[in-house]
Amino acid sequence: MMTGFVALYIFLITAIAGYEIVARVPVILHTPLMSGSNFVHGIVLVGAMMVLAEAHGNLQVSVGFVGVVMATSNAVGGYVSTERMLEMFHGKEKK
Amino acid sequence: MGHSLTTFPVQASYFIATLLLVLGLKRMGSPRTARNGIVWAGVGMLLATIVTLAYLPGVWNFTERASWHRLVLILIALAAGAIPAWWSGRRVPLTEMPQMVAIYNGLGGGAAAAIAAVEIYSGRAYLGSLAFPVIAVTGALIGTVAFGGSIVAFLKLQGLMGSPRISGRHVINGILFLVVLLLTIANIFPSWVPAFGLPVSSLVGVFLVTSLILGIIVTLPIGGADMPVVISTYNACIGLAVGFEGFVVQNPAMIIAGTIVGAAGTLLTILMAKAMNRSFMNVWFSGFGDVAAVAASGGPARVMNSMDARDAAATMAYSEDIIVVPGYGLAVAQAQHKLWELVQMLQKRDVKVRFAVHPVAGRMPGHMSVLLAEAGVPYDLIYDLEEINSDFVNADISLVIGANDVVNPAARSDKSSPIYGMPILNADQAKQVLVIKRGTGAGFSGIQNELFFGANTHMVFGDAQDVIAKMISGLKEL
Repeated sequence: MMTGFVALYIFLITAIAGYEIVARVPVILHTPLMSGSNFVHGIVLVGAMMVLAEAHGNLQVSVGFVGVVMATSNAVGGYVSTERMLEMFHGKEKK
Repeated sequence: MGHSLTTFPVQASYFIATLLLVLGLKRMGSPRTARNGIVWAGVGMLLATIVTLAYLPGVWNFTERASWHRLVLILIALAAGAIPAWWSGRRVPLTEMPQMVAIYNGLGGGAAAAIAAVEIYSGRAYLGSLAFPVIAVTGALIGTVAFGGSIVAFLKLQGLMGSPRISGRHVINGILFLVVLLLTIANIFPSWVPAFGLPVSSLVGVFLVTSLILGIIVTLPIGGADMPVVISTYNACIGLAVGFEGFVVQNPAMIIAGTIVGAAGTLLTILMAKAMNRSFMNVWFSGFGDVAAVAASGGPARVMNSMDARDAAATMAYSEDIIVVPGYGLAVAQAQHKLWELVQMLQKRDVKVRFAVHPVAGRMPGHMSVLLAEAGVPYDLIYDLEEINSDFVNADISLVIGANDVVNPAARSDKSSPIYGMPILNADQAKQVLVIKRGTGAGFSGIQNELFFGANTHMVFGDAQDVIAKMISGLKEL
């Protein structure tokens, strides 16, 4: 099991990595990148599925169900919108 | 905690999925690799989802019918979320994409809160050290506030909501904040709270509803022009909430992907705010829209000079150096292809045409660059604010298409203007200014624009698509 401190170390390193990823992004990519990172936190779907799987009783199952629906919308909607924004860069490889 | 998806293939798959998500995000940060970046992240997400789905039956007793019912229920939930999101994401015009991002984003926050709620109901959140309830409840708080705020952002960008001025809103905010804080503590230590014969679940319910209201109230007074910064802030918040709930359900993929979005999103928010010359604090605590509306109502009525589209075309045809300033009006009219056609015709007449893109022209940073790229305008004709601003003095014509606040000279001179200090394109310094605009109204921020009343300015009224079409036919007749 992961203790609070192990998680704290992971938070620390990951936060630095996240900062570095965005540090030198051109303005043209701000919006697509925001949409893209919105998609990435759609990984919440994995947790929502696990929670719904182990839910007991009507209340837990209902809340878990809503959670999975919302998480899926996040992931799928995030992917589609990002992909459509980035489509604009198609074939424009020359700088 | 207590989730037992710990077998080697599952963990290995999560590892690869996380790697793909992080590398995908990294690739989205550069124009050349951005397109396959989202595909990498997409493959990672798909892998994580399929692996979770495939191994879930292992958590349960295979022989139990209830387990299979649950699997079917999960599949129904997946479909119920995926189909509307896919449909709306495909169908919505690109100009309305920002508000769709807001709503998909908010739903992620809701999902994080739902995870926390179930972990609290089931009591699993209280089984380990104190870190678990603290992180679970804090994650739920952040996710729910961001969810409420994202709904408001969506409604505002969709034009369904203004920026109502609530008297004494600071007092209401303060009280609400205090209540939410108490409810947060109450949910971390539920044993401290007398039950009054109510079920445990009601405490969580009240907490989540109050947090949602807090998110709505906090976002309500912020003007539409600042929504990109608001959405980006909530995106970062929800990333963090997902990371927190990842710890609660002991899933490293969620912790890493969530936290990385939290950090990257925070920096992205600061960069966006900087591009608009707005500080983060300013956006969140000053109420941009309110001031702007007051400023717009004052001032004497003056006359704008107007010009026919054909005359404007002729003027351009006999000039030498034109700088085009695109704005939101171009996006609304979907006139980018027509515009590029017009520019190509002018180029054939040996007119030098360049595009000046303000970082926040349109509704989102980068909006115009994306739009022009779609029309096939080569990169080397598109210039940033810093690159081109000193060239306006030498230009014969600046052609402003549906842009307003980003060319408003008040930002340079008028200290009372809410946009004072924002860097603007010096369109007014060209020898002649042509403005294509639908009507005489003020801009998105509600601020009146001196440029339109300038002696060297001519307004070409009409929808950008119609006006440019008329210009093209005008040029053909010359």
